[in-house]
Amino acid sequence: MSDTLLDVRHLSRRFDVSAPWLNRKIEGKDKVYVNAVKDVSFTVAKGKTFALVGESGSGKSTIARLIVGLLEPTEGEIVFDGTSLARGLRGAEARRLRRRFQMIFQDPLASLNPRWRVVDIIAEPLRVFEKTMNDRARRIRVGELLTLVGLSPEDGIKFPHQFSGGQRQRIAIARALAANPEFIVCDEPTSALDVSVQAQILNLMRDLQDEFGLTYVFISHNLQVVRHMADEIGVLYLGRLAEVGEAEALFATPQHPYTRMLLDAVPDIEMTGRRRKKVEGEIPSPIDPPPGCPFHPRCPFANERCRIEIPGLTRRGVQAAACHAVEEGRI
Amino acid sequence: MSKPVLSVRGLTVEFPTRRGLLTAVEDITFDIMPGEVLGVVGESGAGKSMTGAAIIGLIDPPGRIARGEIWLGEKRIDNLAPDEMRKIRGRRIGMIFQDPLTSLNPLYRISRQLIETIRTHLPLSESDARKRAVKLLDDVGIPDAARRIDDYPHQFSGGMRQRVVIALALCADPEVVIADEPTTALDVSVQAQIIDVMKEICAERGAAIMLVTHDMGVIAETADRVAVMYAGRLAELGPVASVIKDAKHPYSQGLMGAIPKLGENLDRLVHIPGSMPRLNAIPQGCAFNPRCPKVFDKCRIHRPAASEIEPGRRAACWLYPEVT
Ligand SMILES: Nc1ncnc2c1ncn2[C@@H]1O[C@H](COP(=O)(O)OP(=O)(O)OP(=O)(O)O)[C@@H](O)[C@H]1O
Ligand SMILES: Nc1ncnc2c1ncn2[C@@H]1O[C@H](COP(=O)(O)OP(=O)(O)O)[C@@H](O)[C@H]1O
Ligand code: SF4
Ligand code: SF4
Ligand SMILES: [Mg+2]
Ligand SMILES: [Mg+2]
Repeated sequence: MSDTLLDVRHLSRRFDVSAPWLNRKIEGKDKVYVNAVKDVSFTVAKGKTFALVGESGSGKSTIARLIVGLLEPTEGEIVFDGTSLARGLRGAEARRLRRRFQMIFQDPLASLNPRWRVVDIIAEPLRVFEKTMNDRARRIRVGELLTLVGLSPEDGIKFPHQFSGGQRQRIAIARALAANPEFIVCDEPTSALDVSVQAQILNLMRDLQDEFGLTYVFISHNLQVVRHMADEIGVLYLGRLAEVGEAEALFATPQHPYTRMLLDAVPDIEMTGRRRKKVEGEIPSPIDPPPGCPFHPRCPFANERCRIEIPGLTRRGVQAAACHAVEEGRI
Repeated sequence: MSKPVLSVRGLTVEFPTRRGLLTAVEDITFDIMPGEVLGVVGESGAGKSMTGAAIIGLIDPPGRIARGEIWLGEKRIDNLAPDEMRKIRGRRIGMIFQDPLTSLNPLYRISRQLIETIRTHLPLSESDARKRAVKLLDDVGIPDAARRIDDYPHQFSGGMRQRVVIALALCADPEVVIADEPTTALDVSVQAQIIDVMKEICAERGAAIMLVTHDMGVIAETADRVAVMYAGRLAELGPVASVIKDAKHPYSQGLMGAIPKLGENLDRLVHIPGSMPRLNAIPQGCAFNPRCPKVFDKCRIHRPAASEIEPGRRAACWLYPEVT
């Protein structure tokens, strides 16, 4: 067993999506909340890739933002290398921990300051975390980082808009690597990219992981990409973990009916002749989720218990699924 | 042999700009047979949508068809007057776009949009058109169609809206449907449903489909033949199983290898260096030559035409001698 680097415990995040106070008073409406993330627990081992998959609105980005501290959890806690991040870290300790993790977003253009030259964008974390570094050393380091991600040091004088989508994602990766982090949260890092460019970035991310022993939380809605990258996978549905487990096993023997359905929906690009099972229905609104198991309106195995009782995660070997039918041995 | 329902010959689309002429689509030739599904695949900016827009006569000015011909059965349609083209669009050619809200007016009930479109193209009474509309909604899998037909678009989910758009595209029994990324905006679990519905309902009515997408998986499951586009040009065209399992053009080979697949666990994906050129920087000779692992001298100077390399297969690459 490898060491745990990140431990996410019973994490929940609720958002207030009510109409403004005055409208509520006039129309006599209650406050409306959406549980974007509900009671999610998982651990990420050092040097490994933990992937979160789920369809839109399932809570992937919210978990990413909770982990890197861009959002506060409503409940639960996040423990990074033995230290709880929940208690509002301050001063030197916060800075020491913060520099150890970074985040990469789907849209690199939105996350790169358009008025800054690339060299300044990549140097920014160095200014924050390496206060003693002089200008010359910083310039050399930026050049190294650009080379590392497959760009050239001369590219540093350009602005983000002068690059293609894939090159911009390389710049975002170089910036994320600047402070020598151990842990990177990647939210749909290749979803905005074309397949040939996506392959370049995925290859680069794996090379960097091998070279620096990086740990990734990798978020994607694309199961093929997740299959390629992940050691462990968590499947989210309406803010809850439906299934979590070792990647190989989860793809070979999916337990939860939703995981099975997602795998069935992946187009058969190898043209093996595999027949897709028909998938029914769509994701319900997260504002008004179904009672009991959130998947029950679409689930072919749903029964009375499923409509009332929320299933907890039951572990079976290297997999765990939140499903009554799995727990009862019905499927 | 039956005649193609749609025939595109040497289609070239240009945009005059201040900095010169940009060629978005260059010398594209293909046929679609009655009832056939032709997939058009390629990365963003490859010219897929522009090819579709040219066929339905909806290129934004100052863009224009500079060369080539488009034939719908026996009728040449690339040079029609706008109001003549409007009669064909919706009647003989149906359209499905990525975002259902570009086809549906949010202010009108579904019933009004369907009935109006049906009556524009077919000589039916209001009540017969309504019956036809309900039947169509039922066919595309809208539960309780007779009641839901009077809802507004926002009362439907994304997948249901796309079903309505499919019904709208098919309401006058067109011979060919141009579907541009019809599932791209939808969730994974809904994509397969929509593809199934589209394919079934077109097959029932004998409508051919030109399916434009960047998703090779969708093509693999849906298309009979596939055209691979690169930098505005046709790289390869052939039966879908042949192109997927035995791509000939180095770009299609790279594209297939770059897609992660569920059935294999590779350390590295095939790496095509660089990215597709911008329209103002398409290299001389073969547009793919700066990224091609098999490039040789001729490729940098002369542009290969998409010529027949095997019966039923074409590729634009100097590696393959034309069969005659
Ligand atoms: N109004 C315009 N003026 C100039 N160039 C244009 C215009 N519209 C499209 N183009 C260019 O034409 C080329 C082909 O565009 P098109 O939209 O057909 O690509 P596509 O393959 O559909 O890409 P995507 O998958 O991103 O939609 C692109 O390089 C695009 O930038
Ligand atoms: N700041 C916010 N305010 C209100 N609702 C939010 C906010 N952020 C996320 N949500 C809601 O939380 C749910 C999960 O969102 P998100 O994590 O962004 O999903 P994903 O990234 O998987 O698409 C969605 O229903 C979304 O609308
Ligand atoms: S708990 Fe019931 S409804 Fe939920 S996934 Fe399992 S069988 Fe289906
Ligand atoms: S023509 Fe030359 S450069 Fe173009 S794809 Fe063929 S081998 Fe490669
Ligand atoms: Mg997201
Ligand atoms: Mg397009």
